[in-house]
Amino acid sequence: MSTSTSNAGSAAGSALRRGRRRPVDSTVRVLLVAAALVSVATTIGIVIALVQPTIGFFQQVSVVEFITGTSWTPTFAQKAYGVLPLVAATLTVTGVALTIAVPLGLGSAIYLSEYANPGTRKVLKPIIELLAGVPTVVYGFVALFALNPLLQKWWPTDDGPAFQNLLIAGIAMGIMIVPTIASISEDSMAAVPRSLREGAYALASTKMQVSTRVVVPAAMSGIVAAVVLGISRAVGETMIVTIAGGLTSDRIVLNPLEGAATMTAFIANISSGDIPVGSLDYDSVFAVGALLFLITFALNAVSIRMVRRFREVYE
Amino acid sequence: MSTPTITTETRPDPSASGNALTQRRSRPGEVAFRLAMQACLLIAFGVLAALLTWVLVKGWNRLDSRLWTEMPTGLVSRLDTAGVQSALVGTLWIISLVALICLPIGILSAIYLEEYADNTRWYNRLLELNIQNLAGVPSIIFGILGLGIIARALGLGFTVITAAIVLSLLVLPVVIIATREAIRAVPQSIRHASYALGATKWQTVSRQVLPSAVPGIATGSILALSRAIGEAAPLIVLGAVTFITFNPDGLDSGYTALPIQIYTFITRSQSEYTELAAGAIVLLLAIVLAMNSIAIFVRNRFEKRW
Repeated sequence: MSTSTSNAGSAAGSALRRGRRRPVDSTVRVLLVAAALVSVATTIGIVIALVQPTIGFFQQVSVVEFITGTSWTPTFAQKAYGVLPLVAATLTVTGVALTIAVPLGLGSAIYLSEYANPGTRKVLKPIIELLAGVPTVVYGFVALFALNPLLQKWWPTDDGPAFQNLLIAGIAMGIMIVPTIASISEDSMAAVPRSLREGAYALASTKMQVSTRVVVPAAMSGIVAAVVLGISRAVGETMIVTIAGGLTSDRIVLNPLEGAATMTAFIANISSGDIPVGSLDYDSVFAVGALLFLITFALNAVSIRMVRRFREVYE
Repeated sequence: MSTPTITTETRPDPSASGNALTQRRSRPGEVAFRLAMQACLLIAFGVLAALLTWVLVKGWNRLDSRLWTEMPTGLVSRLDTAGVQSALVGTLWIISLVALICLPIGILSAIYLEEYADNTRWYNRLLELNIQNLAGVPSIIFGILGLGIIARALGLGFTVITAAIVLSLLVLPVVIIATREAIRAVPQSIRHASYALGATKWQTVSRQVLPSAVPGIATGSILALSRAIGEAAPLIVLGAVTFITFNPDGLDSGYTALPIQIYTFITRSQSEYTELAAGAIVLLLAIVLAMNSIAIFVRNRFEKRW
């Protein structure tokens, strides 16, 4: 009798203890941590992949030449490794893209959030998300074969845009980024509390005043985050500029009607050919990649900060 | 006769006030602003719709069974009997592998971050920041990771498995972020009820939280896979730009994929290639947009509102 009671008691006790550290639960925990570490390993892998060849590159090319040189000709007989032409082309394309995408994206977001009736919004929002998934190679294709011929046909003067040029790549990229900017800005405008709008209406504001002076400022950090994300996508976008942006990199091209290679286009172009491992050309891909990584890293940091701020205010 | 007079004297003129209201509604600035905002939407999405229609028209002649029964060719003379079979099969291979590699890792990471991690610890916050940052790293950088580490240092070469690993890492943040949001949306009361019935942590997560979060996880997973299908940049760096006229037959096989094949066609100047590229784009868009539609439908239809 007493034996069985003590047996039951110790059984219950061990069951409880087992409950706290069941083998299944601790195995699961290890598995979960291992999965989470994959993303850390990815970042470390990226850094290692970039750093070693980049150091090799800078043993042969001075940092000063890389940063201040105005000619990038690794495939020419007369080699030069100044990265400015690639950076300038990247900035030009990004500038054109933002000129198109920011007004169109913001306008679309304001319309959807403040003017469209709920039924329209319910239909349009998923369509926008759907269009954000169109692969970028498609944008490159239409830029080269549909948009650029139109641009050349309608161009008023004789010295029209080249077969590949930064303007058309920028326009296509702008169209590509609109859904991203529209979608994220709309989210942050929808997060602005109703009471703010009602307060403004009570003070006899018009709909336009509410939109531009209440909703947009209140959603500003979300909008900035959307724009920064747009910039980051434009800087890192590869297919559109590789297909439609051109190849020139021996001088800084400031005229968007000419073609020029961006950082990403250079990486894509040179690595689609055969490059011997360990050569300076091979290393130059990684040096440009490292610069690109640093630029987008900075942009992402700004964007993450902004999103966090907009969450803190209203959630 | 006298009543209207009284009304006019004692109350503000209703027609005047009506006038003011109408005036406000039709203020030229207001109307112009509304139209401008509407125009933004119409221009942006009208242009995109027009361009996609143009691709459909351009590729119309190539939209038949040749597209998936024939192989790509580098010879213009053989273009009549050319398709993108090897690219389609390559894409299916890669995407199945991405699903196998990326979805378990992504979903487990998200479970860790939401259910197990103490997010006051610096390393867990660093983990979170790291994932947010990875989501914004350009895809071509992942190609460089694949080239430097996976293809060369690990010696996997330019094969199907290398492409699948690189694309898995690329879309991993998408899966993690979507899964976390789905898990976060499951109310605490469900977890407390489960614990109150004596369930362990893992029983609670696997039998209560995850089943409730399935629609959100499914949406995020499908969107991630469809993004991986459309990515070309990392594969270019991984040396996939050639005419491959065989289907992959294993993890260590050479490959091509739809977006890469399209790029290869585009770089050829002959107009027959342009048509074939347009046909292949329609095929790619059909796959990607169908997947995205399913994802958005699943989310809107099955997601629980607590």
